[in-house]
Amino acid sequence: MKLELKECSGHVFVDSVPEFCLPETELIDLSTVDVILISNYHCMMALPYITEHTGFTGTVYATEPTVQIGRLLMEELVNFIERVPKAQSASLWKNKDIQRLLPSPLKDAVEVSTWRRCYTMQEVNSALSKIQLVGYSQKIELFGAVQVTPLSSGYALGSSNWIIQSHYEKVSYVSGSSLLTTHPQPMDQASLKNSDVLVLTGLTQIPTANPDGMVGEFCSNLALTVRNGGNVLVPCYPSGVIYDLLECLYQYIDSAGLSNIPFYFISPVANSSLEFSQIFAEWLCHNKQTKVYLPEPPFPHAELIQTNKLRHYPSIHGDFSNDFRQPCVVFTGHPSLRFGDVVHFMELWGKSSLNTVIFTEPDFSYLEALAPYQPLAMKCIYCPIDTRLNFIQVSKLLKEVQPLHVVCPEQYTQPPPAQSHRMDLMIDCQPPAMSYRRAEVLALPFKRLFEKIEIMPELADSLVPMEIKPGISLATVSAVLHTKDNKHVLQPPPRPAPPTSGKKRKRASEDIPDCKVLKPLLSGSIPVEQFVQTLEKHGFSDVKVEDTAKGHIVLLQEAETLIQIEEDSTHIICDNDEMLRVRLRDLVLKFLQKF
Amino acid sequence: MQGTAKALPGAAHGPKVRARRESGLSIPTLWVTAAWRPRKERGSQPGTPGSEGGSGALSGKSFNSSRKGVPGGTGLGSRTQGGWGPGPGRVLLQVQAPGRGRGPRAGPAWEPGLRPLHPPALGSHARPLGYAQAPPRQIRLRSVPPPPARVYLPCRRRRSRRCWTRRPAPSHRPAARDWLSAVQSEGPERGRAFPAGAPEAGAPGCACAVRAAGLVPAELRSWAVVGQAWSVGSGSAAATGWGAACRMPEIRVTPLGAGQDVGRSCILVSIGGKNVMLDCGMHMGFNDDRRFPDFSYITRNGRLTDFLDCVIISHFHLDHCGALPYFSEMVGYDGPIYMTHPTQAICPILLEDYRKIAVDKKGEANFFTSQMIKDCMKKVVAVHLHQTVQVDDELEIKAYYAGHVLGAAMFQIKVGSESVVYTGDYNMTPDRHLGAAWIDKCRPNLLITESTYATTIRDSKRCRERDFLKKVHETVERGGKVLIPVFALGRAQELCILLETFWERVNLKAPIYFSTGLTEKANHYYKLFITWTNQKIRKTFVQRNMFEFKHIKAFDRAFADNPGPMVVFATPGMLHAGQSLQIFRKWAGNEKNMVIMPGYCVQGTVGHKILSGQRKLEMEGRQVLEVKMQVEYMSFSAHADAKGIMQLVGQAEPESVLLVHGEAKKMEFLKQKIEQEFRVNCYMPANGETVTLPTSPSIPVGISLGLLKREMAQGLLPSAKKPRLLHGTLIMKDSSFQLVSSEQALKELGLAEHQLRFTCRVHLHDSRKEQETAARVYSHLKSVLKDHCVQHLPDGSVTVESILIQAAAHSEDPGTKVLLVSWTYQDEELGSYLTSLLKKGLPQAPS
Repeated sequence: MKLELKECSGHVFVDSVPEFCLPETELIDLSTVDVILISNYHCMMALPYITEHTGFTGTVYATEPTVQIGRLLMEELVNFIERVPKAQSASLWKNKDIQRLLPSPLKDAVEVSTWRRCYTMQEVNSALSKIQLVGYSQKIELFGAVQVTPLSSGYALGSSNWIIQSHYEKVSYVSGSSLLTTHPQPMDQASLKNSDVLVLTGLTQIPTANPDGMVGEFCSNLALTVRNGGNVLVPCYPSGVIYDLLECLYQYIDSAGLSNIPFYFISPVANSSLEFSQIFAEWLCHNKQTKVYLPEPPFPHAELIQTNKLRHYPSIHGDFSNDFRQPCVVFTGHPSLRFGDVVHFMELWGKSSLNTVIFTEPDFSYLEALAPYQPLAMKCIYCPIDTRLNFIQVSKLLKEVQPLHVVCPEQYTQPPPAQSHRMDLMIDCQPPAMSYRRAEVLALPFKRLFEKIEIMPELADSLVPMEIKPGISLATVSAVLHTKDNKHVLQPPPRPAPPTSGKKRKRASEDIPDCKVLKPLLSGSIPVEQFVQTLEKHGFSDVKVEDTAKGHIVLLQEAETLIQIEEDSTHIICDNDEMLRVRLRDLVLKFLQKF
Repeated sequence: MQGTAKALPGAAHGPKVRARRESGLSIPTLWVTAAWRPRKERGSQPGTPGSEGGSGALSGKSFNSSRKGVPGGTGLGSRTQGGWGPGPGRVLLQVQAPGRGRGPRAGPAWEPGLRPLHPPALGSHARPLGYAQAPPRQIRLRSVPPPPARVYLPCRRRRSRRCWTRRPAPSHRPAARDWLSAVQSEGPERGRAFPAGAPEAGAPGCACAVRAAGLVPAELRSWAVVGQAWSVGSGSAAATGWGAACRMPEIRVTPLGAGQDVGRSCILVSIGGKNVMLDCGMHMGFNDDRRFPDFSYITRNGRLTDFLDCVIISHFHLDHCGALPYFSEMVGYDGPIYMTHPTQAICPILLEDYRKIAVDKKGEANFFTSQMIKDCMKKVVAVHLHQTVQVDDELEIKAYYAGHVLGAAMFQIKVGSESVVYTGDYNMTPDRHLGAAWIDKCRPNLLITESTYATTIRDSKRCRERDFLKKVHETVERGGKVLIPVFALGRAQELCILLETFWERVNLKAPIYFSTGLTEKANHYYKLFITWTNQKIRKTFVQRNMFEFKHIKAFDRAFADNPGPMVVFATPGMLHAGQSLQIFRKWAGNEKNMVIMPGYCVQGTVGHKILSGQRKLEMEGRQVLEVKMQVEYMSFSAHADAKGIMQLVGQAEPESVLLVHGEAKKMEFLKQKIEQEFRVNCYMPANGETVTLPTSPSIPVGISLGLLKREMAQGLLPSAKKPRLLHGTLIMKDSSFQLVSSEQALKELGLAEHQLRFTCRVHLHDSRKEQETAARVYSHLKSVLKDHCVQHLPDGSVTVESILIQAAAHSEDPGTKVLLVSWTYQDEELGSYLTSLLKKGLPQAPS
């Protein structure tokens, strides 16, 4: 036990191989999942856990940049973890009885028993091979039943919101969207309109921070430190916000007199990330696209690299140690400060108050990230840059899109616990958003009433519509239903085979009728006087009418026939004379509408 | 337009309805009013429907002229248009005395703007023909066997030269045209634009003349029938919008360029009431008006924007996009132009290049300007691969990878359930820098495919590459110079990659040059759009970008005179102008040198001349150039060969195929092959010819899930022998169509059901007690009706399904019992069967 737990300036830590918390996998049998839709590259880090060793056989859909950059993120993660092999992961502390007694962050950790060690590169490759690439606004048919469409969400390269729709229902899944203008293609809001349900998640982690202000703060702090001869450490992911930061710095360094300061980008995937960013012209915002048309690289970091201001290395070993000059600015991972090259720089620079670490990634609490390094002399600046929707933007978006229902995580329906008075930091919409919690099953509030069916032209030809009310027409349809791949088609009923001989026909008429040949329903009422007139016209003399409480009785004395006519029923009582019955029937039907 | 509106409720309609009534048909027939689509400038729309119908002059005219009177094909099936001109086109038409035949098909001629719902709207194959004036006799289609489409004979003058600048209609109209316009009617039709050149020998009534009129651009627009309404019942004009389902069920295709030809690709497609122009190219073989498609075919007076819903450009080659600025800025088109991102990036550069050669070098006036290219590109909407672009509510397009050049795409154009795929140029085998074309099994109604190599089946790419390298190597070894005319983007990059790797492997020292200008830039495009290249390059680009060449350097004009061997890539690819032609002139006299043509050359270019064996070329200024250098042809152009085309047809599974972008003779061969192998119709219209394909789109409606589930619960597959029928009621309200169960229909309309019940008295001779009679009836029915639910209820009555049978004593005759058999209208068959069964009496009791 003592081996597992370590104390550092008043905090207790678990000494172990890093482990990762997975999405809920107990609730559903993953082998029954047909399709996984990926929103953005940050949202696919658990993919290998799900596609490998769970019996999952479905398809994963994602855009090309999502897959390429997602691969880079996973590759970096695997690389970082594999660099510092540890034989054992700590498991004793996970015992519920022990965990209960541990101090705060450890005590509150959820689902610790399901935490898993990192996957391998093989598993990553296998998981990625199950992905089918899609483009924005591509309509993908799933089993003929529903159609899914990715839409630009404006948050990252290739990030998407998804529309899941049948012919009559539409569900939008909005996750990790941004209304700010950064490098990716702007968010497609128009296509989200007319949703029955909008599932909203992936809002900003820091609703109170303004990304623009944070970028300004980032630059000024960076310049200040460097000018004072200190080094700047920026723990970050190898893709995403770093492109925007480099672009800001590109504009800033000359004016701030930083042209001689080297910028280092250290990551096993640094080169790939910088290269890939330049080739996704179609996924970029308009300004960057226009640059590509010139043709110029869309991101200015190409020029930074060319002028040797920005250098990238796969790790701190090798070339980097030769080129390393101080003071400098280092971008490296992992932003949790638990593994990766950033650990070395924390060790190296933590002792000096000249240096600064600037946190830009919002995913981790910077205080918790720094805790094991305490006490630190180095300055810590927290400039989280999270471009995802904040609550003001959410209400603007919902006003624009007007979904019938909003579904979101419970956390968004109440103010953050630390700022319970901030009623503005929650989703406010009408009708109130439906909320869900982890492992909760929610029934979406719509009832499916209709399904699309196609009527073959030959059948349509034979339909005879009649007008029931002004503007409303009806036609009775009797047709053969063909269903294939969840597509329904109505075909004309096959013509009865012409009888080959008289003998057979006779027999056919003797056959017991198939009661499934349905007759239409009738509606309307029979005006007695007109009916009697019609009867007389058709040769029925001696027609007598008697009034009853509910209607009338028409007597045909000669034929010993009685016809009871009421508001919504007619009863013909006659002898067993089929000819007569059919005649009367036809006369009655003349007054009624068929359905 | 107004003409239609007037014609509708007016005289034409009245007699029609009366005729129906008199014929005593009890079932009212539905009529659809085919309102003309009110586009923005309807007023300028020539050839309004109905208005012609008002001119009495027509009625006495021949069949053809009255055909003309029919409003631009509104409501008329393709067969009708098949009636253009007597002769072969009439084979399908049957002449019938009026009044014979059934239903709406044989009804009196129907007036413009009105058409029966069933056939045209719902897409029947045989449909009634309409005339502006009731003709003396009925003409209707023989419904079997209709060929799926017809290619009309071309009007001979169609392809004749015409001035492409805008100008008023020529005053010297040929006689036939004058006649026609007179026939059509005065007024707005005056300005009607005719297809290029009216028939020369156009006597009134001449087939050609009528055809020409039939092709008038007005028709292009008139196919768009939107906002029809249908009226119901005996003439009551209750109109309900039919919406999307009620369109002209046909697809029309007219190539303005690339019809039995290579160059100036431009194809008009009309589908589901939408008009789309595919490509807008120039012809490299011409320097006069013929280099651009004849857009006056679409309209002469109106704005093109009113006649076209969108323009699609498949790739950046000038024979596919070269006329775009002329089309959009000089003729005038403001609608959307769709192309892929790389095409959008590269297209303006090639256009500018083209403009420079035309204006600066050849000194042409009245050419489009740089500003026009810029303005034109502003109208471009870039599309992603596989993205479904909603052009409007009904028209959608989708791009597929074509692998011909960077950014080349095939396009699917879809309206409702009808679709057309246009391939542009494509390549079915991956090459050194691009992937292979791919399309899913989208089963379009029509596949419009290029057919450049309709008769060629190429050997393996590897062999060709080896050959190419061998020839280059040999020439360089013996100190000769190699000229490879290429277009800056496309083949050039492929061959550069090839030579680059070869030079590295064999360690050659001879310099390779790439003519300047576009080169650097071109390679840059490839780098930035690397996602459009092939798998291998995409995978390795981070380590080594294939488009950064070590051995290939920029060419300078002075290098051409350097001694010693060299290889030069020079633009343009067909030796028709520019640097490649200059170098060719310098080197042509030396037999040590070699020119390798790596692609197709259009007729009229120097490239084509030398490839066809010509060795003495007449150059500008009456100079004669003797070609002594070796001329080699290597098919590197990235077009699908015959095998590839067949492969694509197999992939897409179209209902029919249309060939463009090829030579007529070769097309003929491929056409036969496609028809044999796939059993689909294949067409190859020349420029200006129209192919019309009737389609039969099915009608989408909403079925209530209750009804559907009830039906599905009974088992999925109806057996072939005893098909199960689905019964329901189709409710048509405004433009919505819902199929619900009859009960639900009643409920939804707030109507009560009216029950109709029958009770029949059947007399039986049976002296036993009623109960015993009932028991006998029960056992009898039980034995006969094995499949039915027969029950004997405690109160003594017998039920068969829902039919009730009671036995009662006869009031007078004790030896007779009366069976009361009672059933509802819905059980009529069974009820009447039972009574007839019981009438025969019961079998003798076993006692």
